[in-house]
Amino acid sequence: MGAGHAHALYRHVDSPVHTLPPHCKLVAVFAFVVVVVSTPREAVWAFAAYAVLLGAVAYVARVPARHVLTRMLVEVPFVAFAVLMPFVAQGEQTKVLGVSLSVSGLWGAFNILAKGTLGVAASVLLASTTELRELLHGLQKLRLPPLLVQIATFMIRYGDVIAGELKRMSIARRSRGFEARGVRHWGVLAKTAGALFIRSYERGERVHLAMVSRGYTGVMPVLEETVATRAQWARVGVLPGAALLVCLTGWVMV
Amino acid sequence: MSVTATSSLAVRGLAYAYPDGHQALFGVDLTIERGERVALLGPNGAGKTTLVLHLNGILTAGAGTVEVAGLPVAKRNLAEIRRRVGIVFQDPDDQLFMPTVREDVAFGPAAAGLRGAALETCVREALERVGMEAFADRAPHHLSFGQRRRVAVATVLAMHPEILVLDEPSSNLDPAARRELALILRDLDVTVLMVTHDLPYALELCPRSVVLSEGTVVADAPTQDLLLDEDLMRAHRLELPFGFDPRSVRVR
Repeated sequence: MGAGHAHALYRHVDSPVHTLPPHCKLVAVFAFVVVVVSTPREAVWAFAAYAVLLGAVAYVARVPARHVLTRMLVEVPFVAFAVLMPFVAQGEQTKVLGVSLSVSGLWGAFNILAKGTLGVAASVLLASTTELRELLHGLQKLRLPPLLVQIATFMIRYGDVIAGELKRMSIARRSRGFEARGVRHWGVLAKTAGALFIRSYERGERVHLAMVSRGYTGVMPVLEETVATRAQWARVGVLPGAALLVCLTGWVMV
Repeated sequence: MSVTATSSLAVRGLAYAYPDGHQALFGVDLTIERGERVALLGPNGAGKTTLVLHLNGILTAGAGTVEVAGLPVAKRNLAEIRRRVGIVFQDPDDQLFMPTVREDVAFGPAAAGLRGAALETCVREALERVGMEAFADRAPHHLSFGQRRRVAVATVLAMHPEILVLDEPSSNLDPAARRELALILRDLDVTVLMVTHDLPYALELCPRSVVLSEGTVVADAPTQDLLLDEDLMRAHRLELPFGFDPRSVRVR
């Protein structure tokens, strides 16, 4: 499951963006998002400028627009409620195509949509140019608690294993004539979930045993020490730096 | 058998009872000399896995001692013991827990403090010994079962163990993968203790076999002699596969 997503998101090409150290890219994306969020919503042109910046990054990273756009669809359920805002918000009203809409609601919807979309686009770009395990190395480097990094690492490794186990259990169920139809069968599905949990828990114990046997003492050994050069930091700084200029201009002009 | 200073493994009077009171081992004695390949045979529930978990200190002996190349298995030596004893578990999905083959093989040596180019060399050599160097950047779940088992062997070889302990190495392997693994194991210059139900495999790879039954060593002899001892075999639920005659093969 986790690994499946990784393959769907990551785009395996060689580009100047792909080769940058993961922790630098994480910092850059985070800084970019912070800058975008702190931009005044009235500076509409600023958001267009951010989009152009991301487009430039995608071009350098050799990630086609289609790749980014299709993967941005995950955003849809999260911004659905933004569409409702012009209809429900109070205050000054305006007419669009004969429908009465709230002005502050329109601004609010635009604010969420624009900032959300830019954030998602930046994240998709990060995921397209950085492998999942590299991202984890980056997070480790950025001093995320090691326990969280380890949990995420195991999620990547065992997602497929557990999904395979679930599939085999489903095949075994169906081979004995069971099809989940309706509420009466939920009990069986719940028991499957319980069995899967116990199996995963026991696997966890066996994996831990294997780790301890190879000298695990609670911390993952550092396998590759990625050190970012000053030049690399400068290169990742271009995106948030340019965004910051746009943002400041936005504040001055509003 | 005399215990020399260079024995890879020396188990003396090992007894163990699980916390629930079930006694699994009743005074096991076992000595394995450097470079030997020994099969550990026995019915299910004989205590084989319990014995294996004592070799690297996962379980602590209730009585008796375990020494690996002269070093006693004790809390203060655990890190070195676990480097010296390389256990390959039965399910490679348990053994291979890192996102890529390279990282997994590097785990043990890195935990022991190896870094940089030395680590890289160590990983490459271990993978070369099992013929998997071309798969270093692959994810373990994208490998065949036989390939995963070979990588699992590489993960412990990378630690340059004194003794390699294999739990059911031939289980779930197709005949070709089984043979490939046998060729690899035969060429390793390392002491091997192989826990198995696969008696032809034991005969092929291990000149000596030990039978563990109900928590004690009941036989310790050349594998071929042992497999031909019908009374012993019957008494301990050991059975040869249909049509297999240990006399029909020439043991190298």
